[in-house]
Amino acid sequence: MKYTEEHEWLRTEGDLVVVGITEHATTQLGDIVFVELPDVGDTVAKDDEVVVIESVKAASDISAPLDGEIVEVNADLADNPALANEDATGAGWFFKIKPTDASQTDEYMDEAAYNAMIA
Amino acid sequence: MSDLQKTPLFDLHLALGAKMVAFAGYDMPVQYPMGVMQEHVHTRTRAGLFDVSHMGQLQIAGADYATAALALEALIPVDILGLQESRQRYGFLTNEAGGIRDDLMLANRGDHIFVVVNAACKAEDIAYMQAGLSGVTLTEITDRALLALQGPAAEAVLGALNSEAADMRFMDVATLRLAGVECWVSRSGYTGEDGYEISVPAAQATDLAKALLAHEDVAPIGLGARDSLRLEAGLCLYGHDIDATTTPVEGALNWAIQKLRRSGGDRAGGFPGADVILDQLQNGADRKRVGLRPEGRAPMREGVVLFADQTGDAPIGQITSGGFGPTIGGPMAMGYVPSSLAATGTTVFGELRGKRLPLTVTGLPFTPANFKR
Repeated sequence: MKYTEEHEWLRTEGDLVVVGITEHATTQLGDIVFVELPDVGDTVAKDDEVVVIESVKAASDISAPLDGEIVEVNADLADNPALANEDATGAGWFFKIKPTDASQTDEYMDEAAYNAMIA
Repeated sequence: MSDLQKTPLFDLHLALGAKMVAFAGYDMPVQYPMGVMQEHVHTRTRAGLFDVSHMGQLQIAGADYATAALALEALIPVDILGLQESRQRYGFLTNEAGGIRDDLMLANRGDHIFVVVNAACKAEDIAYMQAGLSGVTLTEITDRALLALQGPAAEAVLGALNSEAADMRFMDVATLRLAGVECWVSRSGYTGEDGYEISVPAAQATDLAKALLAHEDVAPIGLGARDSLRLEAGLCLYGHDIDATTTPVEGALNWAIQKLRRSGGDRAGGFPGADVILDQLQNGADRKRVGLRPEGRAPMREGVVLFADQTGDAPIGQITSGGFGPTIGGPMAMGYVPSSLAATGTTVFGELRGKRLPLTVTGLPFTPANFKR
């Protein structure tokens, strides 16, 4: 698993990358009540704002960590945003992206580096 | 941040694991480890304990109750003289334009009027009232904390400390001994639930809070849930839903102005902005505070601009409070719209992230009140 400074996690599954936000992020955000996901088929560029999250406290944007195409989104999460709080790295995933250049994931932190950042 | 004031319960909040934030000049708990959503649900289903010690507690006394009541009626468009002893009522200070300087609670304590005002307004309220009241004395109570115990279990919890608490009705006030301490108790609150507000000497406030928290049904609740609870209950937050630029009629607070203070009443007018407010009571105002339910799932918060349709350029109003209502399981908001668009069921549009999304004008409260009348 790789991690961005925006508290996203990236998990490579074959030629796709699954993206969500970390438990640290969902704890900081508080109870998540709304998630707006991109459309399947969207072509996105790294740093494009692709997800809106609303917690009981505030709205936040999540950027695409990679260039590529959105190939699947978590419809269960849209119906039940609390999944992101309950299981941030499992059932609370956001979307799957087919990266244009899979090597873009290399620039992100590993778990040890991420844990050091949030410590 | 270093200038923030602390309430007498500050150390208890830290011990309970609260996340603290600056609010109205005080360092206050916004949530505890339970989290805003669960704290909200806990208050609606069991009982929540809130620290509201940041609010101002005032005593106004004259030669007798009537003297104090009539003096205060010159600043507040409410029947204070006719308030029975040991009863409380909602009111507001108005300005010359008919706007609201602050909203407050007034209680007839026999030899004085006990007033609770908003934290952010209290210094101004005190200066304003001291300048505007003649023949009475105003005393700010600075050595007492204020706790709120709210929720369906509140009666059983407080009744266990003093059975007289259970006999009180909504808006009754009484002096009760609780855990050995003389407290000023009202059966009221700001969540839409049954419950109490308890003024307790600062030195004993933590012990009383601990005694209440020792009950299995009681959990500490922060400002985050307090805000979603009051919004579901359709209650105004001063500085947001009402302020110096909104009149009581625009704010849909007509109910708080008794007939006696309206045109044709025995003590009609005689308060700041009476000409504007009395006219609006008879003829209506151009705009009105309404409940709004976003049709989608996305919360629309304070500041979202409202439009009559998908395409028009001219805003019609804006949202003054908005968020997610845990009890209703969806987004909710309050805001101002033209009176022509204020009927329940009307669709208006809020601009969120560049998109116009529909909201339905809805009656308030969003959740039915559970007061013990």
